[in-house]
Amino acid sequence: MNFFIVSLIKSALVAFVLLTALAYIQWVERKVLAHIQLRVGPRRVGPHGLLQPLADVIKLLTKEDMLPSHVNKFFYFLAPFIAVMFALISIAVIPFGTEVKIGSFSTPMQLTDLNIGVLFILGLSGMGVYGVALAGWASNNKYALIGGLRSSAQMISYELPMAMAIAAPLLMLNSLSFRELVDGQGGFFLGFIPRWSVFQGPFPQIISFLIFLVAAFAETNRVPFDLPEAENELVAGFHVEYGSMKFAAFFMAEYANMVTVSCVAALLFLGGWQPLWPTQYGSGFVPTIIFGIAGLICFSHALNPARPFDRITLPVFGVVFLGIAGIFLIPIAATILLPLFWFLAKVGIILFIYIWIRGTLPRFRYDQLMNFAWTVLFPVAIINLFVTALAVALTSK
Amino acid sequence: MEDAILFLLFAAIAVVCGINLVVQTHPISSALSLVGVMGALALIYLQLGGEFIAAAQLIVYAGAIMVLFIFVIMLLNAGKERTLPRRLWVTYAGVPLLAGFIGVAAFVIVRMLPPSPGAKFGAMTHGNPQEIGRSLFQVYLLPFEVTSVLILIAILGAVVLARKEVD
Amino acid sequence: MPEIPLPQSVPLTWYLILSAILFTLGVAGFLFRRNVITVFMSIELMLNAVNLSFVTFSYKYKQVDGHIFSFFVMVVAAAEAAVGLAIILTIFKNRQTLEIDEVSSLKN
Repeated sequence: MNFFIVSLIKSALVAFVLLTALAYIQWVERKVLAHIQLRVGPRRVGPHGLLQPLADVIKLLTKEDMLPSHVNKFFYFLAPFIAVMFALISIAVIPFGTEVKIGSFSTPMQLTDLNIGVLFILGLSGMGVYGVALAGWASNNKYALIGGLRSSAQMISYELPMAMAIAAPLLMLNSLSFRELVDGQGGFFLGFIPRWSVFQGPFPQIISFLIFLVAAFAETNRVPFDLPEAENELVAGFHVEYGSMKFAAFFMAEYANMVTVSCVAALLFLGGWQPLWPTQYGSGFVPTIIFGIAGLICFSHALNPARPFDRITLPVFGVVFLGIAGIFLIPIAATILLPLFWFLAKVGIILFIYIWIRGTLPRFRYDQLMNFAWTVLFPVAIINLFVTALAVALTSK
Repeated sequence: MEDAILFLLFAAIAVVCGINLVVQTHPISSALSLVGVMGALALIYLQLGGEFIAAAQLIVYAGAIMVLFIFVIMLLNAGKERTLPRRLWVTYAGVPLLAGFIGVAAFVIVRMLPPSPGAKFGAMTHGNPQEIGRSLFQVYLLPFEVTSVLILIAILGAVVLARKEVD
Repeated sequence: MPEIPLPQSVPLTWYLILSAILFTLGVAGFLFRRNVITVFMSIELMLNAVNLSFVTFSYKYKQVDGHIFSFFVMVVAAAEAAVGLAIILTIFKNRQTLEIDEVSSLKN
């Protein structure tokens, strides 16, 4: 019974944090894309546009929810439901950090630690194809059907190199449970090189990491692989007949998929919550230093602000950042928050790479995309798996 | 007792989806009902301790084979099946005969199965990937290699059969 | 609320009866439907029922061999689905129909 209540509280917390993070990842994307394109991005709604996601949510919720008369009603309602459900369930097996010990009560920072966690995520990303395919079919619209078929064919084509890129570090780490995978990446070589998958063992998994990232871009339908849902090529593809909340559901599913694959990449290849250098050389002070510098920058910009309201908002942000830096200095909070910080930093870097590439690269044509999957990425993934297996077999006792 | 409730729930989902598969006229509804059956069966395999098989069912069967079915149905744009007029006794004798067949099969099963302990969730711990790997690569290595040749043949067959004719 | 007498652990005969029901439904779909893709899906339903039976007996003897057989059944079903659907596509291209009653030029 105790376990049930604790799990319920953890699920509610993770759901709340995840849904807020999804909205704010969209804010980060708009701001970063804007700065890449030498403009400013949203800045009217709230200071620096921070309330823009809230405004977007209110707009999408209050828009009229139309049901076009020519759609197949059952599948039209089912498709965004399936897409969102399978995208959000995947977070259940992702560990965010080590154990949380408050007094005599300890619980791991993970909803469930399945011993087949990696297979669970692979299975759910396979089931997420149904949402896209059904959306294209239900809309009874030739553009939506072509977009849906192309998108689902792309997703299942890139699942193969992704699964093989996942299998390669599993050969070295010998487990399918995420917690054991990260624990196998602890420790340091020569005292200061972290034993992450990309640096580890008989064969550093750098090629696997790159293959996984490319396949993940294609799985989540992001640039440069986003032809099936491009606005200017295919009239927005499979979600052309969807409006307001159902459209928001597809976007929520896309960002949730992005977050899931970034978390999986951080856990499998970048060592999860293991720090970059050992704690005795001071890696415990990295979050304090980063947030402290952020606070000081806010204060120094507040001295000659560019906009009049910045005289108030920038010092507030500065105080918040310095407060967070102070929390990391408390030893009790630091043991819980430090692994969480490292994990979120790695996930954040991968999400930033997603947004950076969106602002930089043009998109592939559809036949180039499928050609790339089957003639380039798949053989490279097979050869990589083969070399890893050979290296592990030759060096194991 | 929770095991029995969960089993009855998943079994009910599987049977309802199975009946839906046979009764629906449009192939897409049948395909999605089959995905429902496979999902319910994956949950039953979890209850029987077969966690790898449950994951393989979701990844291979529900996530790849059924997506292939749905692609083909969408590409061929198959409409609803037209119903032929049936003779009266066929309509009224079909379902009772099937129920009779299931009854005979159930009777034979209950009589012929040797007494065995019931299924509890967590009683079988050998279904994990380590045990499956050990068995697959030591005892059943030859069938494993032969199935890889089988899949190669299937790939070649599918590519040759579905190729566009270049005139 | 009346006390429903549910057993403590699920008897294995229940799993086998579920397998029999699903197999019978698959046979019914195979015999009574005329769309060739639905017939194919009934075959997959029969294979799933057999998989359940394998996993049940694997639980009974606490060995993993049933799971391995079930895995091979899945692999063979995948190969069969690929080739079968390719054949269906070719038949559709040549005869523009998906009803198995109309593909009968070898009859009589």
